[in-house]
Amino acid sequence: MNIVIQTENLSKYFGDFLAVDNISFEVAKGEIFGFLGANGAGKTTAMRMLCGLLSPSSGKGIVAGFDISKQANDVKKNIGYMSQKFSLYEDLTVKENLRLFGGIYAMRVKDIQSKTLKVCKDLDLNYAKDLLVGSLPLGVKQKLSFATAIFHHPQIVFLDEPTGGVDPVARRKFWEMIYQASQQGITAFVTTHYMDEAEYCQRVSIMVDGRIEALDTPNNLRKALDAQNMDEVFHALARKAQRS
Amino acid sequence: MNAISVRKIAKTYAGKPPILALKDISFDVKKGELFGLIGPDGSGKTSLFRILTTVLLADAGTAQVEGLDVVKDFKKIRTMVGYMPGKFSLYQDLSVEENLTFFANVFNTSIEENYHLIKDIYVQIAPFKDRKAGKLSGGMKQKLALCCALIHKPKVLFLDEPTTGVDPVSRSEFWEMLKKLKPEGITILVSTPYMDEAVLCDRIAMMQEGKILSIDTPQLIVAQYDKPLYAIKASNNYLLLQTLRQDPLVDSCYMFGEFLHLRPKGDIALLMKGLNASCSQIEPSIEDCFIELMKLS
Repeated sequence: MNIVIQTENLSKYFGDFLAVDNISFEVAKGEIFGFLGANGAGKTTAMRMLCGLLSPSSGKGIVAGFDISKQANDVKKNIGYMSQKFSLYEDLTVKENLRLFGGIYAMRVKDIQSKTLKVCKDLDLNYAKDLLVGSLPLGVKQKLSFATAIFHHPQIVFLDEPTGGVDPVARRKFWEMIYQASQQGITAFVTTHYMDEAEYCQRVSIMVDGRIEALDTPNNLRKALDAQNMDEVFHALARKAQRS
Repeated sequence: MNAISVRKIAKTYAGKPPILALKDISFDVKKGELFGLIGPDGSGKTSLFRILTTVLLADAGTAQVEGLDVVKDFKKIRTMVGYMPGKFSLYQDLSVEENLTFFANVFNTSIEENYHLIKDIYVQIAPFKDRKAGKLSGGMKQKLALCCALIHKPKVLFLDEPTTGVDPVSRSEFWEMLKKLKPEGITILVSTPYMDEAVLCDRIAMMQEGKILSIDTPQLIVAQYDKPLYAIKASNNYLLLQTLRQDPLVDSCYMFGEFLHLRPKGDIALLMKGLNASCSQIEPSIEDCFIELMKLS
């Protein structure tokens, strides 16, 4: 098994506040991994460390083959990131956005061109190639954000609450895109507050008060906690939280 | 008399292209009702809130809150409604207690006068009463915002996506708080993109692209779904979904948590033959209804 994320006793202090408390876990290539937790449990801090944006206080993390403390820039080159806040350039066209992000990741011009054609075809966006992104419907913008995040074929894509506020049909289409990316070997590391989406993940971790309280397949978690669904699993674990 | 009455409200925002926010919206909310607007981003929920709280003018149509017109009587309405906008709008650089005092004073009242209304909620944030609002966690901000919207004992409470981006435990706690307000007789209009919260409302309007798809009690909306629906599951649901989509006997099929939800065109037994998957008939959820109504609209 090919491991693309590996952490060992990873911790982060802000002053004397322990935001992330000794987390150790592994994620495999092509896996769809759900990273759950209550607000304030430390998810964002952990994710920022894994993306090379924040250096750990102690412990070790290897992401896409690079050390997150010492090789943060190499980590950044080999991952994709989709923020919960829409962050493409609204005043650039679809084509221009892809060219910009392809350029930032140092893709070759020829590859950017051929991949732009492919993305527009796959997403049925041929009609919109030269339209400003700001003028597109929400569901389309979101599909485009994801396509942009994996445009440079990163080893891992980090998705921070990617489906917040999206209608139920578009939300499902979005997950089908995640499955497709996973079949191309791209690992998806996803946070979400929709517990039905936790079921779509191959494995799920649940953070409580900075620690990983549980990590397993949704099926095993349901069994272990005698729960009907992931919502019950989440409630059972997150209710233990001391900090708010 | 209804607490809220909306007649043929329409709103379009100018721009290139213009954005249609609300199209001929009409509905009533009874006094004391907990009424939910359920729909994704861009369905018009916030525009509707802003019109009803008198901070936005509609292009057409009329609306009344507590029998008062949202245009003519806007000043009176503002004194009797509480509004918690979707974006956190308290003063980040004031403390918890200062924010609450401020909102009480603006409405010519004091924390003491209506303390009974917010007590259950406020005790949870009281240990942090000297902390600046900007330094609170998401769940605590939400509780403080609710206290500030309640402190002048409004007749109607408008809550615009109070649980968006909030984790499932804080979400259920928030709905518990709303339930406790019921005996006070406060009418509550609340919006949410989370379909599972719909069942917690007395009645709901499901919204999509500026229109109301359906309006009823959650139970009756579910009862109107008149076709058999099945939950099926295989070792690889994603592959099964691809297979079923190609099958002419399938009316619709989509992912739903650990299952796929499937509506067959004919006999389910025929469809399941040869598939290595478990299958059982289920009651549709509000989300199934929403998906179905989206297709029809």
